[in-house]
Amino acid sequence: MDWVIEAHNLTKTYMMGEFEVQALRNVSFNIERGEMVSIMGPSGSGKSTMMNTLGCLDRPTSGEYILDGESVSEMNDDQLASVRNRKVGFVFQSFNLLSRLTALGNVELPLRYAGITEGRRERAQAALEAVGLKDRMTHRPYELSGGQQQRVAVARSLVNNPAIIMADEPTGNLDSKVGKEIMNLLLALNKERGTTLIIVTHDPNIAEQTQRVIRLRDGELDVTAEDKGRKK
Amino acid sequence: MSFTQAIFEALESLNGNKMRSGLTVLGIVIGVAAVIAMLAVGNGAQASITGSISSIGTNLLFVFSGSADGPPGGPGSGRSGNNDRPLTLSDADALKDPFAAPSVELVAPAIQGNGTLTFAGENSTTTISGVTPDYAIVRNMELAEGEFINQENILGRMSVVVLGPESAIAIFGHADGVVGETIRIEGQPFRVIGVTVAKGGGAFGSEDNAAYIPFTTAQARLIKRGVRDEVDVIFIQAVSAEAVPSASEEVSNIIRQRHRTPIGIDDFTVFTQQDFLSTFATITGVLTIFLGGIAGISLLVGGIGIINIMLVSVTERTREIGLRKALGARKKDILLQFLTESSLLSLIGGIIGIMFGWLIAFVVGKVATATGNNFTPIVGTDAIILSTSFSAIIGLFFGIYPASRAANLEPVEALRYE
Repeated sequence: MDWVIEAHNLTKTYMMGEFEVQALRNVSFNIERGEMVSIMGPSGSGKSTMMNTLGCLDRPTSGEYILDGESVSEMNDDQLASVRNRKVGFVFQSFNLLSRLTALGNVELPLRYAGITEGRRERAQAALEAVGLKDRMTHRPYELSGGQQQRVAVARSLVNNPAIIMADEPTGNLDSKVGKEIMNLLLALNKERGTTLIIVTHDPNIAEQTQRVIRLRDGELDVTAEDKGRKK
Repeated sequence: MSFTQAIFEALESLNGNKMRSGLTVLGIVIGVAAVIAMLAVGNGAQASITGSISSIGTNLLFVFSGSADGPPGGPGSGRSGNNDRPLTLSDADALKDPFAAPSVELVAPAIQGNGTLTFAGENSTTTISGVTPDYAIVRNMELAEGEFINQENILGRMSVVVLGPESAIAIFGHADGVVGETIRIEGQPFRVIGVTVAKGGGAFGSEDNAAYIPFTTAQARLIKRGVRDEVDVIFIQAVSAEAVPSASEEVSNIIRQRHRTPIGIDDFTVFTQQDFLSTFATITGVLTIFLGGIAGISLLVGGIGIINIMLVSVTERTREIGLRKALGARKKDILLQFLTESSLLSLIGGIIGIMFGWLIAFVVGKVATATGNNFTPIVGTDAIILSTSFSAIIGLFFGIYPASRAANLEPVEALRYE
C-alpha cells in the first residue's frame, strides 16, 4: 500500500492548569495516497488536536507520525515549518486570507516561503484558474464573496502541490448552496489531481461524501463506527 | 523570503495603517530633527567662537603675571598678594632680543583699565588700553579711518586716542568722520586720531568697545600701577604659527631668568591662542554633548513609541502570524518581517528628521543673522551619520522584542486567537 499518512500510537497530553488532559490516546491509523477521508467527532473528542498533529502544526507527545515518508514526530519548529510548506495545504473555516493582499498575492504566499521566485506568479494564476477564479485574481478578499474567498483559500492550499490538503470545517462559514459548491470543488480536485484530502467536520452530510470516516471519541478511535460512511 | 520582498511587504503593511505608522514615524522625526538641530547649533557655536579666537591671529601669545596653576592665580588675575613679581616694560624689552628669543617677531606690552569717555555730554565707560604701535600689527587691527598710535605719540606722551567703532558710536552717534574731534577721558582731553574696523566679539569681550592711547600717556596720566613700568599683559607675535610652541618656551625661559623664579613655580603665565582654542573647544564640546544628549532622549522616546506600536501590531496580527506559520513561514521569516517594519519606521523617520532638523538649523541661523549675531549652525555629515545610524539601531533594537514575540508564537495558539 502507498500510505501518505502513517500514525502509530499517537498520544497528545496537555496541561490544563493542574490537570493533565489526554487529547489523543494511542491513536493509530493509515491514510492511502489519493484517499478522501473525513475526521468526525463531537467537540472535545480530540478532533482539533488530530488536525493540528496531522497538519504538522504541533508535535505528538508520544507515538510516531510519518507524513509522505518523513517522520515528523521529532522535528524542530523550522523543520516542521518546511514540512507544512511542502507537504500540507490548509483550508480553514474562516478562510484566513490576508486582507492587504490580492487573491493572487494570497495564493503566492506559500511559494514565497518556499523561496520560489521563478514562475511563482504563473503557478498562482494556474491555481486560481483551477478553482474558477480566473477573472478575480487582482481582487482583495473584501471584494470577494464568502464562497470566492474560500476558493482563494483552496487555490492557496494546492499551489505547492502538497501531499495532503487539510480542510477544517471548510463549509462552516458558508450557506448550504455555496458550501456544496466548495465541497464539489474539493471532490473534483481529489478526483482530477489525486490530492489526498482530509476534512475535519461535524456535519454528517459532508462526511458522507468522503470515502472513509475516522471517528474520534474521547481521544480514541471509535472503531465500531469507523467504516460506516465508506462508499467505494 | 528575500530581503526586497520583506521590504515590499513591510511597506504594504505600514501603508495599511497610515495614521498609526505616521504617528510612530513622527516620534522618530522629532527625535532625529532635535539631534540634528542641536548638534548643528552646538557646532555653529563652536565654529563661531573658534572663528573669533582665530581672528585675533594664529601666531599670538599672551603673557600675564600670576601663576595659572596655584591658587589664587589665574590668567589675568594679576598679582594676588603673594610674592609674584609683576611684568614690566623691561621684561617686554628683553623678549625682543633676537638671540634669546628667535621665534618672537613682535612684542606689544599693554596696560589696561576702565575709563569714561565724554563728548558733548554723552558718556560711555569702556576699556582703556595703553599700547605701543606694534599692538595694531600683533592684534590684527585695521583702521576704518585715521591712523594708529605711532612712535612719535609714545615718545611725546601725546594725548591722542584710537577708538573702537562701538565706543565711537556711543559718544558720537556715528563711527565715521570723528577723526580730529577732541573727547575727554576721565576728564582729560584727548584728540581722536583713528577708528578701528569692527571685528565682532573677541576672546576678551568686544574689541569694538575700546579706546587705545599711547602706552606712556596711559602710564603717566590715566592708569596708575604700584610698580614703575608695570604692564598688565604682553602680547607677542611669533614668527609663524609653527613657531608658537618654541616662542612660548623662549619667552618663559627669559622671564624665569629675569624674575629668578625656581623652575615649576612661575609667577607668570604664557597663554597661546591654541590654549584658548582648546579651552573654548572643551566648553562648546560639553555644550554640544549636553544639547545632543537632551535631543537624544527625545529620540529614545521615539524608539519607545516604536516598540509600543510594534507590540500592538504583533498582538493584532496574531492570526496572520499563525496563518503565515501554517503556510510554512519559519521563525526567521516572521522575525525578518517585523524587524523590517520597525526598521523602516525609524529609517523613514530618520530621513524626514534629517531634513526637518536641517530646516530648523537653517531657521535658527536666519534668526541669529537677523538679530545681528554672526552665527551659522553647521549640519555636519557626522551628525547626519550619527542620527541615521542611531535611529536605524533604535528601530532594530526596539523591534527585536516585538518581532521575537511574534516569531515565537505557537502556530496552533496563534491560529486560534480571536
